Amino acid sequence: MIFGAILAGGSGTRMHISSLPKQFLPIGEKPIIIHTLEKMLVCHRFDAIFIGVHSSWLSLMNDLLEKHEINTDKVRVVSGGDNRNDTIFNIITEIEKEFGASDEHIIVTHDAVRPFITLRILEQNIDAALKNGACDTVIPATDTIVVSDNGKVITDIPNRTFMYQGQTPQSFKINLLKELFERLSEDEKQTLTDACKICVLNNYPVALVNGDLSNIKITTVNDYTIAQVIAGAEPFGGISGD
Amino acid sequence: MINYVYQLVNPQFFSIKFENVDLKSKVLVRPRFMSICQADQRYYLGNREINKLNEKLPMALIHECCGEVVFDKTGTYKPGQNVVMVPNTLSNGEPLKDYMLENYVEGSYFLSSGYDGFMREFVDISPDRLVPFENIPLQTAAITEFFSVACQAVSRFDKFAHSTRETITIWGDGSLAYVLACVLREKFPKSQLVVIGKNERKLSRFSFVNQTYLNYELPDNFKTDHAFECVGGESCYDAIDHIITHIRPQGVVMLLGVSENKIAIDTRLMLEKGLTMIGCSRSGKADFEEAVNLMKTQKVIRRLSSIIYEDSPVHNIDDIHRVFATDLNTPFKTVFEWKL
Repeated sequence: MIFGAILAGGSGTRMHISSLPKQFLPIGEKPIIIHTLEKMLVCHRFDAIFIGVHSSWLSLMNDLLEKHEINTDKVRVVSGGDNRNDTIFNIITEIEKEFGASDEHIIVTHDAVRPFITLRILEQNIDAALKNGACDTVIPATDTIVVSDNGKVITDIPNRTFMYQGQTPQSFKINLLKELFERLSEDEKQTLTDACKICVLNNYPVALVNGDLSNIKITTVNDYTIAQVIAGAEPFGGISGD
Repeated sequence: MINYVYQLVNPQFFSIKFENVDLKSKVLVRPRFMSICQADQRYYLGNREINKLNEKLPMALIHECCGEVVFDKTGTYKPGQNVVMVPNTLSNGEPLKDYMLENYVEGSYFLSSGYDGFMREFVDISPDRLVPFENIPLQTAAITEFFSVACQAVSRFDKFAHSTRETITIWGDGSLAYVLACVLREKFPKSQLVVIGKNERKLSRFSFVNQTYLNYELPDNFKTDHAFECVGGESCYDAIDHIITHIRPQGVVMLLGVSENKIAIDTRLMLEKGLTMIGCSRSGKADFEEAVNLMKTQKVIRRLSSIIYEDSPVHNIDDIHRVFATDLNTPFKTVFEWKL
C-alpha cells in the first residue's frame, strides 16, 4: 500500500509573527497545510494520508478539515514527535496499527509547509520508492555552495555540478527505513536532520527525483511573503483564480 | 489547492501562474493527452498581430485535450472517468434561441483564446463542459475537439445544402481536410468524395476517398455539387476562386480555413451561380458528443490515428518547447502526454 505522510510537527518558532505554527497560516483563503493536503488527495495512488501534527494542535487540525469540507476517509490526523524523524516513525506506527506491517508499504513523507508540491513530483516519488526503496526530491544548486568548518573562512568550494538542494517529498519502503534506522548507533540517530540520512549513513542508495523551483519551503516570514506573492494572494486576503 | 498554470507570456516564453482551485462546484480534471492546433502554434511563434498578442497573452495554450476526472463534488462523474473537455464556455446570459449554436453566441468565450487553455496541472471545469468516453485510445481522444469542428461543419452542411450530393469536394490536404473527409465518408457513404490539395504525399493519406487531385492537375471540366474549403491563409483566395469556378449552381460552399487577412471573392460568378457560403468555426458540446459517437467505430479510430504523431511526454517547460518544435515538422497532428 502507498501512504502519504504530511509532516507538521513544527511549533512555528522561526516565524516570530504568531503563536500559530506556520503550516496553519493562510495563503488566500486556506491554511498552507490544507493546500498541501488537497494536492496529496488528488493523487489517487495514496491509500491513506497521515498528518503528523504537534499534539497541541490536533484539535485545530481536525477543525480545519471540517471547515474546509475534507471529509474523505483517507485522511488521519496523528500526533507528531519531538523531531522530524520521530513524527515519521509515529506515523509508521499508526500505519502498521491500522494496516499491518508489509514489505510492500511505501511512505511518501512531505513537509506541510511546501504547498506548491505538484502531482508529477508525488507520482515520481512513488515510482522511485517502489523501484529503488528510497528517494529524495532535489533541484540542482544554482548558488555556489561554500563549506566552512569554523564559520570564519572557506574550507572548500565543491563543484556545483554535483550539488543539489534537498526538497521533499522523501519516500521509502517502510520496512527498509525501519531496518536501516535500527542499524544506526544512538550517536548517529542524534545527528539525523532528515530521513534520507538514515539511508545515506547505511550506504543505502537514495534515488533522486527532480523537484521544482516553485516547491519552496515556507519557513521564515520572508518565505511566507514570497509564497503569497507567487500564489497571487494578498497577505491574509484573496488568491488569484478563475 | 494551489494549481500550476503554464502560461505563454510572450512568444516562445512560458511562465507559471499559480491559482487556487475551488473544488466545490466544479469537476477537477487531470489533463492526460494534448494536441497542438495551428492557433496554438501561431501564438507560440508570435505569428499574430502584435495588438492581438498583447490582448490575449499571457494565457495557457491548448484547447485539444482529453483528461481523467480526479475529483467531482457535483457527483456527475466518478474519479478515473476519461473525458474530453469542451473549451467553448457559455456566458451566463439569456437562454439560447433554438437556431443558435453555442459557439456563435456573443459573449461566450473560448479557452486558449484570451482565457487559459488546458496547459495546467489540473483543470477545474463545469460538469456540463465534459464529454465522457470509453474505448478510445487517449492519443486519439486528444484530437476530439478538432474532430468535432468537422462534425459541426458537416452537420450544418447537411442542414443547409440542397439534396443533390453526388459529388462533395474538399479543397485542402491538411489535418482539417482529413478529419472532415472522415466525417463526410461516414455521413455520406454514397457520395463521390473528392479531395484537392497541393502535396502529393499528404493526398496519399486520403485512402478512403473516391478521388484526389493536385490542384494544378484538376481537369477543367471537373464539377462538384458542394465544396468545403479547408485551405486557410493567403492560399484560400485561390481555393475559393477554384471552388466558385468548379461548383455547380446553387451549391453550398463551407468555409473552414482561417486567414489573417481579408480575401477577395469573385462575387459576379458567385451571384450568377446562386451559391451559398457558410462560415464554420469551432464547435459545441453536441458536436463533441457526435465526435465521440463516431469514434466508437474502429474504422474511424484507425483513420484518425493515422494522422497522429505522438511526441515524447512533457515533463517540464523545455519539453513544451520541444513539442512545438516537433509540430513544425509533422505534416498532420502532434499529440503528447502531459506529465507536468
